Amino acid sequence: MFAASFRLAFYATAICLLISYPIAYVVSRETPQVQSVFMVLLMVPMWINFLLRTYAWMSILENNGLLNKLLVLLGIGKVSIINTEAAVALGMVYNYLPFMLLPILTVLQKLDRSLLEASSDLGANGVRTFLRVVFPLSLPGVLSGVTMVFVPSVSTFVISKLLGGGKTLLLGDLIEMQFLGNAYNPYIGSAVSIVMMLIVLVCMFVMNKFGDGGEETSMF
Amino acid sequence: MSTQKPRFRVFSFALQGLLYIFLYAPIFVMAAFSFNNSKSRSVWTGFTLKWYGELFRDRAILEALVVTLSVAIIASLAATIIGTAAALGIHRMRKKTRDVVMTVNNIPVVNPDILTGVSFMLLFVAITTFLRTLGADISLGYWSLLLAHITFNIPYIILSVMPKLRQMNKHTLEAALDLGATPFQGFRKVILPEIMPGVVSGMMIAFTMSIDDFVISYFTSGSSVQTLSVAVYAMTRKRINPEINALSTIMFVSVMLLLVIINVIQAKDKNKEKKF
Repeated sequence: MFAASFRLAFYATAICLLISYPIAYVVSRETPQVQSVFMVLLMVPMWINFLLRTYAWMSILENNGLLNKLLVLLGIGKVSIINTEAAVALGMVYNYLPFMLLPILTVLQKLDRSLLEASSDLGANGVRTFLRVVFPLSLPGVLSGVTMVFVPSVSTFVISKLLGGGKTLLLGDLIEMQFLGNAYNPYIGSAVSIVMMLIVLVCMFVMNKFGDGGEETSMF
Repeated sequence: MSTQKPRFRVFSFALQGLLYIFLYAPIFVMAAFSFNNSKSRSVWTGFTLKWYGELFRDRAILEALVVTLSVAIIASLAATIIGTAAALGIHRMRKKTRDVVMTVNNIPVVNPDILTGVSFMLLFVAITTFLRTLGADISLGYWSLLLAHITFNIPYIILSVMPKLRQMNKHTLEAALDLGATPFQGFRKVILPEIMPGVVSGMMIAFTMSIDDFVISYFTSGSSVQTLSVAVYAMTRKRINPEINALSTIMFVSVMLLLVIINVIQAKDKNKEKKF
């Protein structure tokens, strides 16, 4: 169960990062108007209850659901996603994507343009500038995005219940079951909670070590 | 940035478009099914408004809506007052103490919801058990839900007020006090206007967190009170009621309207500024 939780949370975090970075990068180079529209459109779904959004994914992913109808229409044929780990990972990506996008976008917006000019003046091409200048400077945002996606993904119990059909039990499910579910045993529940809390604290400590240096210098 | 290559523009809009489709597809599906004639969540059987009618007659959902809104409003107001006061105090601390307090403040923000919820539940259960031995008839309910929401909102207020306090020129307050203002006047006339943007945005964050919260409410509300998300969760285990789709569609449309209105007002303000 620990393994399943960490594997799924790891996949979800990696996918979020792969989707978020390019989008944050192109949006950070857009005009301020486009950027503010982007921020608003990113925040609005968060005002809809996440249970309902996840529930809506159930009707999209179902075996007779909208996605399969669309795929059949296109002549591709059915896929069965619902009640698999893939569906749970998709739910995690969907719910926590903004938490990855926002911090990365914020660092990229603050990036000093003259550094890019300096880099290209000194003869670096686009790829080299990105690898040597842009990416290292955006690491604090990436790290905080990674924590903000990984921690809730490891501890969720709703997404796995709705989209995983109760087949994939995660740490969150285990804890919930011990307190309010069938397997009532608050002692095991508390023990698992403490272990999870320690993991989160270690994550936070590592983040602070990495993050502080960058932030303090940028502030003064 | 206005002189972007056309290729970049196409690429950028394609990426953003795909993201918006991904983010909004479930919401439009939900909205569409609020007009669906049958209770099915995958088969379309015709247009109807009956779920909207039933929504306004459904006692349980309306009660849950009242609980959700009242908890969010009271909790965000209370947390704003407590959090702002705390931020003022933390701001005056020595750097070492301040760093420690801020780290402690950050733990609940990063801590998974489920852990916060479980800890609150255990604490409240311990309190009620203790009070019961004294003869009080008390169990988890609105009070524990509200206390939990106030508490988990406070760190967000502190986080959004602290930067404003740091940016503030501390000599303005000294000047006010030298000129004979009482400390309270100094707070009201000097500090408060300066930190107001932070206070307001903190309150907005707290309100959103409260409305959106499921996990903490699930553990702390007991069996007598329900917030909307707890009601929805209870439904998803059986078969969801399309009334809930109708309610979320209404909420989504109101949020959209509110945003449009705010934008229009801001645009008008900018025009006025240009005239003067």
